[in-house]
Amino acid sequence: MSDDRRFVARHVAALPKSGIRDFFAIVSQMKDAVSLGIGEPDFVTPFHIREAAMAALEKGRTSYTDNRGLLALREEISRYVGLHYGPEYRPDDEILVTIGVSEALDILLRATLNPGDKVLYHEPCYVSYAPSVALCHAEAIPVRTQSKDAFALDIEALKAAWQPGCKLLILNFPTNPTGGTADRAKLEAIAKFAIEKDLLVASDEIYSELTFDGSHVSIASLPGMRERTVFLHGFSKAFAMTGFRIGYACGPAAVIDGMLKVHQYAIMCAPIASQEAAIEALRNGRDAMLHMRDKYRERRDFIVRRFNELGLPCHLPRGAFYAFPSIQSTGMDSMTFAQKLLEDQKVAIVPGTAFGAAGAGFCRASFSTSYERIHEACERIARFLDKVRAR
Amino acid sequence: MNPVLKLLLEGESLDTSQIGKILGMGADAVDRELAQLRKDGILLGFRPVLNPGWEAERKVRAVIEIKVRPEGMGGFDGIAERISGFEQVESCYLMSGGYDLLVVVTADNLYKVASFVHERLARIDGVQGTSTHFYLRAYKKDGFVIADDSRQGDKPSISA
Repeated sequence: MSDDRRFVARHVAALPKSGIRDFFAIVSQMKDAVSLGIGEPDFVTPFHIREAAMAALEKGRTSYTDNRGLLALREEISRYVGLHYGPEYRPDDEILVTIGVSEALDILLRATLNPGDKVLYHEPCYVSYAPSVALCHAEAIPVRTQSKDAFALDIEALKAAWQPGCKLLILNFPTNPTGGTADRAKLEAIAKFAIEKDLLVASDEIYSELTFDGSHVSIASLPGMRERTVFLHGFSKAFAMTGFRIGYACGPAAVIDGMLKVHQYAIMCAPIASQEAAIEALRNGRDAMLHMRDKYRERRDFIVRRFNELGLPCHLPRGAFYAFPSIQSTGMDSMTFAQKLLEDQKVAIVPGTAFGAAGAGFCRASFSTSYERIHEACERIARFLDKVRAR
Repeated sequence: MNPVLKLLLEGESLDTSQIGKILGMGADAVDRELAQLRKDGILLGFRPVLNPGWEAERKVRAVIEIKVRPEGMGGFDGIAERISGFEQVESCYLMSGGYDLLVVVTADNLYKVASFVHERLARIDGVQGTSTHFYLRAYKKDGFVIADDSRQGDKPSISA
């Protein structure tokens, strides 16, 4: 027997590759492509935050930390979350510092799911949710969100998707890739349902600071929800700190304790320099964050207007930095549209189906890039559409 | 702030039609805004920012500290305006501290800077002394860091 694949576990072999991967391979070969495919801020981390990491290294702070993360950071997280989201979490046993929300979600699933458990999540969504559930030998059940609701989660759709064995509900507002958000009324309906069905809620609020219209509400702040919600957050998007790989989870002590077990065996602790940078971000990063948010908002208004002018209907995303236009009028499916646009005009956007079947008919275009690039991409898309429609 | 000016200050190189599209106005309206900014003396003009490493093969640049004796009612302004009139002078500022005027000059070579100092500046009535410093190497210019950018491409062009 010579096939090396025999070493790979069945459930891993069965995982689909990330839908972005193939696309990435093509785009990275293309020198002069204009990419609206970037899922991270185009800003560099604010200087004072970088400086905090540099200062920590210069002072020789290069050790492991407490498995839960530096106490000073957990205290800042407690203060920040209390101030901006509502719930107060104890630094000692209700907060865990992780390698981004990615790790936080992974260890939350591993700490709470038994084989065969079912997990509800809304789709289109970030690429890792369903695979992370599958890695726990559990079953992911998508709930479709729709353009007509600006991709907010409809309570009736959630109720219809529920089935016996559902233990956990993953929420992500504002949503990558749709920019969908959920207002207080919607969250209250979801909360009521979660309580009725005794669901644990994993709330990925990584884009929450990037809410452009109205204010962000965390489901963890609603009555009866703090004790059944794990609030997942990080620094990547709001403070442009993707490369620092730093995030955190706040929740009931018993759940955080379970996550801590997985975390200490798998990861030990988040890198200390990143933790030091995170402390600085929470203490002094707000002005820079608000400045970046204003920039995203201006660019959002521009790209969404352009897509609608070009006949690609696009709702105004209330949060995150993605436009999610419908490309159905072209008669192409998402992947074909994205591929042909790339081949013909060298513009990279991500097919909606990379974010689940519910993304069919849409594409994700990031406006986390310069006006110059957004403008150029829109001009090229206009030329592409002219050709397509002339046929 | 004037939205056209705000966009310009963000440092992107956009032409008037691009600015117009972004701000939802016509290119001619953008031109009018720019003309008004010039008329108001707010926008002085545009120049390309060249890498001084490239410029150095063609030009030398020096900064000259000048001590002057203010002239009666004209104060410093008369001398400063006169010095600013020389085409070699790129910038001229009145300073606090140990000298009065700070002047940046560019010339084709070192001798031309030297002759500008001793044949021109030093002969202006009111100039009491000069101190000339030549630029050796630039690390940052007009907000642009001049450094090895070869690893900038590490950021993936598509990510989830």
